[in-house]
Amino acid sequence: MHLRKLALASAIAIMASTAAQACQISARVSVVGNEFPAIQTVGKGAQACSGAEVSTNLTADHQKINVAGMSGNPAEYTSAIIANSSIVALMNNDVIRPLDDLVAKHGKDLQKNQLITINGKVMAVAFMANAQHLVYREDVLKKTGIEPPKTYEDMLAAAEKIRSSGMMQNPVGGAYKAGWNLAQEFNNMFLGYGGSHFKDGSAQPNVNSAAGVNALKMMKALSEYMNPDFLTHDSNATNAEFRAGNVAIMNMWGSRAATLVDVDGVSDEVKNGMNIAGPMTVGGGSTPASTLWWDGWTVAKNVSDAEAEATFIAMMNGIDPAIIKDENIRKQAVWLIEGYTPTDAARGVFAAAQANTIPYPMLPYMGLMHTALGAELSDFMQGKETAEQALADVEAAYIAAAKEKGFL
Amino acid sequence: MKHSTFFWFFLPTGLAMLLFIAFPLVSVVLQSVHTPHEAVLVTVENCGPFGCKHETTIDQDATRALRDAEPLGRFVGLDIYFDRGHLAIAEVREAWVTSENWSGFFNIIGNLPFYRAMAFTLTFTFTVTPVLIILGLMIALGVNALSEKIKGLVIFVSLLPMIVTPLIGSLILFWMIDSRGILGNAIQWLAADPDLSLKASTGLTWLMLIVYGVWHSAPFAFVVFYAGLQTLPMDQIESARIDGASRWEQVRYVIVPHLMPLITFVALIQLMDNFRVFEPIVGFNAEAHAQSLSWIIFNDLGGETRQLSAAATSSMLTIFGVAILLSPVLWRTWQDFKGKS
Repeated sequence: MHLRKLALASAIAIMASTAAQACQISARVSVVGNEFPAIQTVGKGAQACSGAEVSTNLTADHQKINVAGMSGNPAEYTSAIIANSSIVALMNNDVIRPLDDLVAKHGKDLQKNQLITINGKVMAVAFMANAQHLVYREDVLKKTGIEPPKTYEDMLAAAEKIRSSGMMQNPVGGAYKAGWNLAQEFNNMFLGYGGSHFKDGSAQPNVNSAAGVNALKMMKALSEYMNPDFLTHDSNATNAEFRAGNVAIMNMWGSRAATLVDVDGVSDEVKNGMNIAGPMTVGGGSTPASTLWWDGWTVAKNVSDAEAEATFIAMMNGIDPAIIKDENIRKQAVWLIEGYTPTDAARGVFAAAQANTIPYPMLPYMGLMHTALGAELSDFMQGKETAEQALADVEAAYIAAAKEKGFL
Repeated sequence: MKHSTFFWFFLPTGLAMLLFIAFPLVSVVLQSVHTPHEAVLVTVENCGPFGCKHETTIDQDATRALRDAEPLGRFVGLDIYFDRGHLAIAEVREAWVTSENWSGFFNIIGNLPFYRAMAFTLTFTFTVTPVLIILGLMIALGVNALSEKIKGLVIFVSLLPMIVTPLIGSLILFWMIDSRGILGNAIQWLAADPDLSLKASTGLTWLMLIVYGVWHSAPFAFVVFYAGLQTLPMDQIESARIDGASRWEQVRYVIVPHLMPLITFVALIQLMDNFRVFEPIVGFNAEAHAQSLSWIIFNDLGGETRQLSAAATSSMLTIFGVAILLSPVLWRTWQDFKGKS
């Protein structure tokens, strides 16, 4: 009898320990998120769980589908991988659940700075930090005898030197695609000039200001050194230009820069010449013209408790500290996971954090502002209207949208 | 037909129409005259990897209470129809008062999303539709004159542009006309201008979208006209020939009148389709230069904004637009019908 109990206990203990390693779940898990390398790693980790189906839908269009996919009851997606901008849409629509109970039960390994708390409740678990920063071709800069630019004014001067040296016609890269990307570049520059998007504590827009006009003028000046199709280039297309050796200096996401040249077909010249530095400042300011981001995951509100728990366990497996033992995974991002030591590729994002870069604002009406900027700034970039007119259009478009959504 | 027979015969169709056409329409109308409740905002402390900060957020409990009390939201009547994102009544009135001449007025109007989208949509619709009808007719006449042996193959090849999914077709062309793509490079070489970029110029982007629209829809017109040509009364053609009519005169006075009902049909369908132009704008990443009502709806429904009321209003405006566009053709059909009965 005694022996049998012992055998049973040890069997259970073995099962429990293998379960912890192999990740056992008992209910459906379905994840939606963006598609850069680090998120794909997390998705794969979640899919390593057995016992129930884990499906992932990782796409650049995740923001267009995550709210809709989580609004139903039961929700199609049990988890959305989001960033500090996109969690707002999920909060606004009340489709994610507080995680305090699950953190207490399964999240003992999490570090405190991974827990995103809103009004005292844990609403997301962050796993990486991100920022846009300088990516450049060291060989090209050396040949023309210039230092890596620390300010956007330096960047302009460097661009002119490279162009006049005849090495590259359009040496500046930028994700200036009309829409989300263009608006994000404006946000960077606007914050760099000391602007703030809203009048203190209200939802009243505040972009039609000196900082806004300066930001637009700088963007226009930079675009003179870009591929003429810049209004159609998102970060993927901009990276393609860099890989092809057409671009020497650009402001790029840390999450994409680290693995930028690790694809087939990139010449050795580009591979060896690529280097990373911190974000640039602009207009003599000390705040970098960039924003700080975290990426993390959430759990849907409209799913059963079993599914929520399975999702939490699977996503915890996706960010298991063991994954960063793999050197290739470690350099994919600035992981917020326990035991992470920064790689060389993380320099840019770390420099951004140290230089007191402003985190992207987590405000319920920021998404409307971002959309209005994305839609109305392209006229100015094409030279069809003045900066003041473009910013007035942005404010008018924002006000119409904010009135409709009940913020004004 | 007896009334009861007709009733039972029509019932399934009627129910389906009610369910799939009438109800969604009612829902869109309702949505377009309501907006979400005023957001109840609270300031809370948010913490994360970059420290803690006091930020504004939506008070979910209070908002839910409001929503439960009035699930449809606030009734705003036609406010959304008249706001800046749509008909922009106030802005248009101001432009009328302040601008000194027509060009100034149109400049201001062209800066408003709805009118900008209409400018492109109407240009697109009224160039693509006639061109594709003429081109479709020419292909049909050409194919009809071919020998039986190669006809099948030529028909298949002519249909290809329509078989390709619009989004895929436009993406393929998008990469070809890139300034580093094969067509883009060829055009730069032809124009002897290394900086020429189709994607960077509004005029050329419109031209590109129009060429794409014709390329994609001409096969539809071709198939319809080709089918019509098979019913051509040969004795009429023969008597025209005996009377000494040239090939052009045969087409002008015999074939085209014979195909007229089909031309009306194609025009009707294509006017409707082209007014809803959407995929090429997305595929060509052309939103900086060209927007359409459908694209505005798509943009309003995007993840972070989700402006359902704005999207519903744009949908209603699209329906009105299609109705106005089709009214002359429908009126003519009605006249023909009355004339016959």
